[in-house]
Amino acid sequence: MDAEVLEIRQHMGRFPPFEALDDELLDEVAGQVEVGYFQAGSDILQFDQELHELCYIRSGAVEVRRRTGDLYNRLGEGDIFGHFSLLRNHRVRFPARALEDTLIYFIPEALFVRLCEADEHFSDFVELERPRLEAAVEQHKKANDMMITRVRKLLTRYPVMVEASATVQEAARQITEAQASSALILDEPGDDHDPRHTFTDSQDRPWRLRGILTDSDFRTRIVAEGLPPDTPVGELTGGRVITIQSDESVHEAMLCMLRNNIHHLPVLYRRRPMGIVHLSDIIRYETHSSLYLVSNIFHQSSVEGLARLAPDVRIAFVRMVEEGANSQMVGAALSTIGRSFVRRLLELGEASLGPPPVAYCFMVNGSMARNEQTVVTDQDNALILADDFDPARHDGYFASLAQFVSDGLAACGYPYCKGEVMATNPRWRQPLKVWKRYFSEWIDSPTPERLLHCSIFFDLDSAYGEEAYVEQLQDLIAEKAPRSPRFLAAVARNARNRTPPLGFFRTFVMEKDGKHNNSINLKRRGTAPLVDLIRVHALACGSRAQNSFERLDDIAATQLLAPGVDAKLRHAMELLSMVRIRHQVIDLQQEHEPDNNIEPENVADSERHHLKDAFQVLSRAQKFLKYRYPIPGPSGRDH
Amino acid sequence: MLSHRLASRSQGLEWPAYLQQRADEARDPLLKAFFAAGCPAPETPIGEAPLVSLDLETTGLDVQRHAIVSIGLVPFSLSRIPLARRRYWVVRPSRALSDTSITLHRITHSEVAEAPDFGEILPELLEALAGRIVVVHFRHIERPFLADAIKARLGEGVLFPMIDTMSLEARLHRLSLWARLQRWMRRPPVSIRLGDSRRRYGLPDYQGHHALVDALATAELFQAQVAKHYDAATPVGKLWT
Repeated sequence: MDAEVLEIRQHMGRFPPFEALDDELLDEVAGQVEVGYFQAGSDILQFDQELHELCYIRSGAVEVRRRTGDLYNRLGEGDIFGHFSLLRNHRVRFPARALEDTLIYFIPEALFVRLCEADEHFSDFVELERPRLEAAVEQHKKANDMMITRVRKLLTRYPVMVEASATVQEAARQITEAQASSALILDEPGDDHDPRHTFTDSQDRPWRLRGILTDSDFRTRIVAEGLPPDTPVGELTGGRVITIQSDESVHEAMLCMLRNNIHHLPVLYRRRPMGIVHLSDIIRYETHSSLYLVSNIFHQSSVEGLARLAPDVRIAFVRMVEEGANSQMVGAALSTIGRSFVRRLLELGEASLGPPPVAYCFMVNGSMARNEQTVVTDQDNALILADDFDPARHDGYFASLAQFVSDGLAACGYPYCKGEVMATNPRWRQPLKVWKRYFSEWIDSPTPERLLHCSIFFDLDSAYGEEAYVEQLQDLIAEKAPRSPRFLAAVARNARNRTPPLGFFRTFVMEKDGKHNNSINLKRRGTAPLVDLIRVHALACGSRAQNSFERLDDIAATQLLAPGVDAKLRHAMELLSMVRIRHQVIDLQQEHEPDNNIEPENVADSERHHLKDAFQVLSRAQKFLKYRYPIPGPSGRDH
Repeated sequence: MLSHRLASRSQGLEWPAYLQQRADEARDPLLKAFFAAGCPAPETPIGEAPLVSLDLETTGLDVQRHAIVSIGLVPFSLSRIPLARRRYWVVRPSRALSDTSITLHRITHSEVAEAPDFGEILPELLEALAGRIVVVHFRHIERPFLADAIKARLGEGVLFPMIDTMSLEARLHRLSLWARLQRWMRRPPVSIRLGDSRRRYGLPDYQGHHALVDALATAELFQAQVAKHYDAATPVGKLWT
């Protein structure tokens, strides 16, 4: 008699990548493990030893170090290690030591190989060839295709249902009681019944869906026809009932209503009625889309009106994320919304201040220029004025306009920039020739200190006015930057200022020196340094793109990075952005003010692994910057 | 039985000779083979000795009134416990199963009714134990119940060396000078039950009272005890009784 090893099986079943295994495989794993105990401080895997097993931590903690002694990872209950060696040459590259008294389950290689073959999720998790990060991003994309909003999401309650023998008065009473506007009419299935519209209720009683009775039917088919209140509702039905399946999209439901010119649509799960959607449900739903929001912005005639839309931005944001949008979709939508606020404010400003005395371009910088905005964002903007700008005569107008826009944006939920990167700052309200001088000076005589606070201007786009002004600046940068090794070295050095943590350990953020923190600012330690890093390469290759993903496309066409690195950076960018966005959604759903912090206890196990991978990609890419863009010696000439 | 017990008194050093003597005298071929497999010499380092962790679940504590219901074992070494080689049997007890033991061991009447008699699984059991040092937690269950059940079927009892993780814990926590001082100060003694002992070594909590899980738990505890208080070179003669 063979016994299942429940203790082991249940434990492993809680942790990735075993959590996704089917029961049979999991049983097999649990039955094949070998157990070993390691006292705190003792070696589990030694450098270069041969390894033919995967290691799973049942209890305790393990520290994995590089051969150089640098901390590589700290692992706890449910984590695995050794898979890199198994997939490579069966030699231990990163030695492992028990940090606490530790119990390890060893999984034989033959079984490990079978798991990789039998379970895609498992192989994605451990495999090197197809990095985990890429798989995670791809899986999200796959889920996205399936997550088009289903019509069932609009249902808030079960339909009112009346039997065909009931009177119209009884039906009207039931509809009124339920505060509904329609009811479904049912009877017992006859011999000639249409199998598509028969179903059984929870008591196993068969029913046939005969029709639907709506508010307007009472007017058009009962009162107008002079039918008495005791008319059986069954007499009013006939013909085909138009229905929709609950897993169809909201869009399909809308088309179905338009096609058939109806306002009520019964929604069925298989054949059982789940509810009735009304056209107004669909309209209400659509008004929370970002598209509708943008058109609404342009219909506002006052700052107060615009400010009232601020909560809608957050609703649209949450909905996009829930519907499975990726970071580029979210970033583009939020930036479009932000630009729409800017445009509308400028239109309103010009309407009250009069037409501008000289041409201008309202430039946006930072995340809005990159189309990477979230709901937590400052305003970063500047004014580029025509070269015939005369400060004495014209600056009063532009100072007022800038103040109007800046105050308006603040009212709409875009706080003032703490670094004063705003058109209200006279330094950033200058004619084009001065802007050209600024950029030339930054590029020609760079020091890291000098560039520290102006990197934000190297993400630049026009939001309103003379687009050509910004384009000229973009051209200037694309022309000069690739030829200035000193400039590239300076921005590269700045791009290494903010480093990612090593990963997570239990409920802490683990730093490279082994220290622990309670939370992490994912913008400061993840997306922002990655954006900086991508910008350096983009400047080096003369890319005019502003969006980080588009910049990566340009970088990939050059030899600046080793093959495949751009894809890794892309996946890391997507993952870090999405985790940050998802945590902002969590904040909003829990009615907290959203921020860029994530707390380890809110990070799911699988997300932890992906984040760790992304941090590692970032960290390696940062180290590479130093070699790619070295500081030229004193005699170094630009060439 | 008495004569066997006398043999075990002489501090373990006599075990190989004792097993040899039993092999010579045994009439039953199964027992003869079991004893002939012998045991490692007392000076063998524990790190090199083949071990097997054993746990019996019984209907009660009294060998006169209670009987074995299930047996779990897993062969192991100081470094590894290969679960693929685990064995587990439910047997029909020769004495009635009480309701309390049902809830304790999670074995039901029907499971037991369909189970074989201990005698049927005995050849497999002896084969799994032969030549290895048996590790148990609290030998005063395994030793008498096994001897009694085997004697009832084959007419001769068994006795062989065992390492008792509970008495190793007692040596550390009950017999030390510190422990005696604590007792003198009327502090409650340290618990040496399986679960409590495991916790002292950072081992996870397992659901107890399943023979196989307890056998695994005992093997892990022994690995931990040796790692912490002894070493792989410790001669087996210092550990077995």
